[in-house]
Amino acid sequence: MTIAIDRRQFLKASAAVGGGLALEFSLPVAAAPAKGLPPTEVNAWVVIHPDDRVVIRIARSEMGQGTLTALAQLVAEELDADWMKVTTEFASPNEHIRRKRIWGSMSTGGSQGVRSSQDYVRKGGATAREMLVAAAAAQWKVPAAECKAEKGVITHGASRRRVRYGQVAAAAAKLEPPKDVKLRDPKDWKIAGKPVRRLDIPDKVVGKPVFGVDVDLPGMLHASIFQSPVFGGKVKSVDAAAAEKMRGVKKIVREADFVAVVADNWWRANQAVKALKVEWDEGANGKFSDETILAMFREGLADPRLPEAKKVGDAATAMAGAAKVIEAEYASPYLNHATMEPMTCTAWIKPDGFVEVWTSTQNAEASMAAAAETAGVPLEKVEVHKMMLGGGFGRRGAPQDYVKQGVLIAKQVPGVPVKMMWSREEDMRHGYYRPASLVRMKAGLDAQGNCVAFEAKIACPSILALLRPEAIQKGIDFSAVRTLNDMPYTIANQKVDYAMRNGHVPVGFWRAPGLQNAVYRECFIDELAQAAGKDPLEYRLAMLKPGDKNRLVLEAAAKHAGWGTPLPAGVFRGIAMSDGFGSFTAGVAEVSVNPAGELKIHRFVMAIDSGHVVNPDTCAAQAEGNAAYCIGMLYQANTVKEGRMVEGNFDTFQIPGMTEMPKVETVLVPTGGFWGGHGEPGALSFMPAVLNAVHAATGKRVRTLPLKPGELKKA
Amino acid sequence: MIKLTVNGRVHNVDVEPDMPLLWVLRDQLKLMGTKYGCGIAQCGACTVHVDGEPVTSCRAKVGDMVGRKILTIEGLGKPGLHRIQKAWIEHEVPQCGYCQSGMMMAAVALLAKKPKPTDADIDEAMTNLCRCGSYPRVRKAIHAAAGQLSSATAAKKA
Repeated sequence: MTIAIDRRQFLKASAAVGGGLALEFSLPVAAAPAKGLPPTEVNAWVVIHPDDRVVIRIARSEMGQGTLTALAQLVAEELDADWMKVTTEFASPNEHIRRKRIWGSMSTGGSQGVRSSQDYVRKGGATAREMLVAAAAAQWKVPAAECKAEKGVITHGASRRRVRYGQVAAAAAKLEPPKDVKLRDPKDWKIAGKPVRRLDIPDKVVGKPVFGVDVDLPGMLHASIFQSPVFGGKVKSVDAAAAEKMRGVKKIVREADFVAVVADNWWRANQAVKALKVEWDEGANGKFSDETILAMFREGLADPRLPEAKKVGDAATAMAGAAKVIEAEYASPYLNHATMEPMTCTAWIKPDGFVEVWTSTQNAEASMAAAAETAGVPLEKVEVHKMMLGGGFGRRGAPQDYVKQGVLIAKQVPGVPVKMMWSREEDMRHGYYRPASLVRMKAGLDAQGNCVAFEAKIACPSILALLRPEAIQKGIDFSAVRTLNDMPYTIANQKVDYAMRNGHVPVGFWRAPGLQNAVYRECFIDELAQAAGKDPLEYRLAMLKPGDKNRLVLEAAAKHAGWGTPLPAGVFRGIAMSDGFGSFTAGVAEVSVNPAGELKIHRFVMAIDSGHVVNPDTCAAQAEGNAAYCIGMLYQANTVKEGRMVEGNFDTFQIPGMTEMPKVETVLVPTGGFWGGHGEPGALSFMPAVLNAVHAATGKRVRTLPLKPGELKKA
Repeated sequence: MIKLTVNGRVHNVDVEPDMPLLWVLRDQLKLMGTKYGCGIAQCGACTVHVDGEPVTSCRAKVGDMVGRKILTIEGLGKPGLHRIQKAWIEHEVPQCGYCQSGMMMAAVALLAKKPKPTDADIDEAMTNLCRCGSYPRVRKAIHAAAGQLSSATAAKKA
């Protein structure tokens, strides 16, 4: 698919959309230029064609999580649109800036898509509906209150008149928008709350969506990149003699910390970049390895002056008086996001200095800022076209490293669009990894086994220190300590300390940032239940206040899974819970381990209370996805040697496949009154439930991930 | 010039014979539905059919493709949709969708060999990787396309 990109034409075409810089090329349904009369922008969220097609603008990114459909459902619900006539388009980031950020946040992470924009997108739909009704009422000279909107049609009962949205949209757009609109009670929803089909799937089964790597522009060149193998290393010298002579090579690019080749197709660019002889100044980071990183964490745990992430009661005194003290150390490695689509950015520095970028981004505004800064132009002179994402999981949000690189490369070939795509090896070795960590927990139990004191010391690099340092408060990065410093368990004495030990490996937000703490905590609680001789479900319930929503999901998961009922021979259960990302979740896993130590996860039941549910089927898909994503924690690790990442591809960093996937059952227990996320919460309880089931099956506590070879083998 | 037959159309491409078919499809013929995932035949995102067999096009040299029939997602089920694509829609299989072209090409090849595949057959044939976790729906959709499920689930459209 070739995208028409002449900007003047583009602007002219989009001016017809009521000033909207609609990125229609990414959604071919909406892309057809209107035949005859132009569509009308009723407001920033709603565009209506004369033939009644409704285009809903989406500000967040679609990376598979289904936010595009869910947000459209919310707007369409309040709009009283005919769902069969709804399509979507991504709002233009450049227009967003020019219209004073009219579409709210474009950032797509933290399971926030629905929960933090539901209010204003619903108001967008409701406001447009009232304007349409008011326009019809004015036309009929009747009070608006006597008119009714339903499925894109306005009727006036008394006079039996009707008009379609497409017929009054132009008149409606001229009206003053109402100041206060009443939003529908979710119990009256007709489109939202229903498992409507995802809007993006019909295109996805015919290979039609344009992902970042699929961008194709007239005269476009391709770039392949090679970055310093040691994080932080710099280019010392480049011998390009061989590469320059290779077929299709147009330009050798040398930047501070990477080299790249621009060629007439990607394969040739990649062959040539591999032919470059590069000498690197590795700096001081070449000396680091997994061993030095673990030593750094150990030093952190021993530091007597750590900032406190939590302090209630007097943990030390309670611990000293406890009948029994349990202590354990848990650890995890760095983990790459491993999105199926590697990092990519197409950039075009135009002769007039305008910078156009096409990329798979979770945060179009951050992409825009990165492009503007790198190109040295104001934000208004940048447009970012949001392409479909081949997975995101947090990688494509804050860092924007690949956008900066794309623009740097394009600057070397001004006037020519260049599509840069990383090889899988670059993607694996230059991530913003889920931080490795080492956590020591200690609990004091009274004579009845009740937990009276809890202490945790967390040694873990800080994501915020790298990506959002202003958000660190008193030495605490909330994403490094969460789940341990905000436990719902009613333990009277708690102390949690944080040893921020950053190391040289870039770290970033990885699906459910901080989830390693949920694994540690919920496995440790299982250890306490065992020490107390109590059922792990009962043990947890006894520590939860009446009315706590954690209780509700724990009970729902247990009930659905049949906790306590007999299982087939050799199959064992484990349970875990954790709130996070606005929702409450609990999971029950069923596993078996054969004598050779091979683990099979048979079933995972996940209960979730997200307050409201906008699309039950995509919520279930997210639960399935969270399970699949987390299975890899059993064997994945990005290991550090001589300052660089060892694993380079899916042969050494394995991705869970079909055979490993358990049956996933999602139990939606929305209690209303709040809006929680779905993209990440399901990740929190999966692995601890599995590891607790592994303990039930084998008697072995897995406290360090990944599993060691033969670890579960019967002794 | 290398003569290639893709989706029933003959193309002459001026490329090196050792260039992988994937990059000829994507960068020369602009057939972008077939995706790059790993380049080492591990993930299956680049799966196409060569003479009806599933092949990871990232490791297939274009020089070896002369005289063979190549089918990509763009040519699947034409005209209209293949029953596997219909089942994919029916069971809402894709999330991000990046791996799905390869996934569907592998599924079509499986059904050609085993019209009524068992779960074990699916496990063996469907080695494509999906980071979003579409696996349970892939399995269900394959069974549905094979006529092994009561076809229409309740009407989902509001």
